Amino acid sequence: MAKYILKRILTAIPMVLFITILCFTLMHFSPYDAIDAMTNPRMSQETIDLIKAKYGYDQPLYIQYFRWLDGLMNGNYGYSIVTKQSIAADLSVRIPNTFKLVLPAYITAYFLAVVLGLLAGSHKNRTADKLIDGFSSVGIAVPSFWFSMLLIFVFGYKLKLLPFVGMNSVGMEASVADFMRHYIMPFTTLVFTFLPANIKFVRSSTLTQFSEDYVLVQQAFGASKREIMFKHVCKNVLLPVVTRLGMALPLLVTGAIITETVFGWPGVGPYFIKAIQGLDYPIVMIILVLSSTLVILGNLLSDILYCLIDPRIREMG
Amino acid sequence: MDSVILVLKHDKAAVLSLILLGIIILFALIAPLLPVDPNATDVINRLKSPSLTHLFGTDEVGRDYFARVIYGGRVSLLVGFLAMLTSLTIGVAVGTISGFCGGIIDAILMRIVDVLHSIPWMILVTVVSIFLKPGLKSIILVIGLFTWMEIARLVRAETLSLKEREFVLYAKFSGVGVLTIILRHIIPAVFPTIIVSATTSMANAIMTESSLSFLGVGIQQPMSSWGSLLQDAQGTMQNNFFMALIPGLLIIITIFSFNKLGNLLRVYVEPKVMNDEKE
Repeated sequence: MAKYILKRILTAIPMVLFITILCFTLMHFSPYDAIDAMTNPRMSQETIDLIKAKYGYDQPLYIQYFRWLDGLMNGNYGYSIVTKQSIAADLSVRIPNTFKLVLPAYITAYFLAVVLGLLAGSHKNRTADKLIDGFSSVGIAVPSFWFSMLLIFVFGYKLKLLPFVGMNSVGMEASVADFMRHYIMPFTTLVFTFLPANIKFVRSSTLTQFSEDYVLVQQAFGASKREIMFKHVCKNVLLPVVTRLGMALPLLVTGAIITETVFGWPGVGPYFIKAIQGLDYPIVMIILVLSSTLVILGNLLSDILYCLIDPRIREMG
Repeated sequence: MDSVILVLKHDKAAVLSLILLGIIILFALIAPLLPVDPNATDVINRLKSPSLTHLFGTDEVGRDYFARVIYGGRVSLLVGFLAMLTSLTIGVAVGTISGFCGGIIDAILMRIVDVLHSIPWMILVTVVSIFLKPGLKSIILVIGLFTWMEIARLVRAETLSLKEREFVLYAKFSGVGVLTIILRHIIPAVFPTIIVSATTSMANAIMTESSLSFLGVGIQQPMSSWGSLLQDAQGTMQNNFFMALIPGLLIIITIFSFNKLGNLLRVYVEPKVMNDEKE
């Protein structure tokens, strides 16, 4: 098994490196770069050359790449072209805010999905199944931003119950109650966004298990439905479901871009969208590298989890 | 075909959604023939509620909202359709070539798929969109060029097993060229998969387009799609919720229907699925 895991890690590294090269190239060919931001057309060529030399932009491309990569590994993410702020400092404020929103929402959606998916899958074509499957089929088609607009209209404008901009009211940054009031709507939106696809996944996984031969055998031996469900089916359904957790890792950074933007939540989402609109390449590229690395790590994690909990794969490796 | 009719008999939601989808597509197609103009402003009749002259009311500069919604649907469906065609073409080409040729070509193409797949779609699409001038063409390109990876994987897997079948082996031995084999033998055989992917791909493309337009990095004024109509509606939502409601509902109906259509086609091309569902 150790060999398998090692092999997986070794194939993940070149992919991360490739993505950094891709980002660096994109940044290099962007129509507007860090040098343009630091200079202005009135400067003489010598001054521009001096600035270039100071920041190492006169070096050959591959050396620039290695310096950039070295910076990445040491947490030096460079500076925003627009605000001149350190990206690492900005992200260290924003990522925790996104975490606070996405992590509880994903966990809630995940547990709800397991319960509802198992319920639907084990009551195939009955009322419960039809309701749950109908809900997830419609839910998948609902744009998350439209759902949040609906919430804002009902609870924000009509009932005037909840605030819908930002994370705290001005002057109440320390109040937990105020934070919770801001938290409800984006949280609900995210749960609703994550839920349908997860229900579908658990449901179809349950259906597959119920059509397996071992269920038939158990039925032939007169096992009760409850016994089959909890002793046998559950275990097998939960295998792929647990490994799906790994794939949720990148959501921690990019899972709420739209929702955060609609509610003005000070997380990674609005930061990224603003960078895109302001052509702030360094920020965009850092987020690209960060989120893709998380995807690769997440896939790695889910393979390793699979390997750890499924004895069949453990023996194969 | 019988199995499809059987499914339709049991699934009222599918019948209804297909009818609605038909109506939406029909309106999008005949829009230029209708006596409505999405850009004619009428400052006196601003933000009117729905009435007989303006079925969906008017927006903040007095444009007929019914016309704007129809023309918005035209843009959304057009983007969805063309993006789907682009991504399907690339996906099928990469999938068949990769599966059929194998070896180094397969390795390289699949690594590219892996890399593109590991960048979250939202990030990938927005990043690429800043390198192109925003507008209809670039949004189609961006969605089409970066959503083909799933299709390529599916098609590749099928090609791998088709490659070993007698009719392909026979063609190979009798000296038929690679391109001809792919076009004449492989693609017709994977066609069912392609058709099913097409509906999912269309639904996804419409969703992606509306999200991008809503965030302001998609379709630009004066053209509008359902997503950008929603972005506009966000500002006046407090008093005119109607304007936010309609494009949203249309997006939901369209995507839901394309997904339903995909399921129906799956039943049609793989009758086995049907037998499983029936028990």
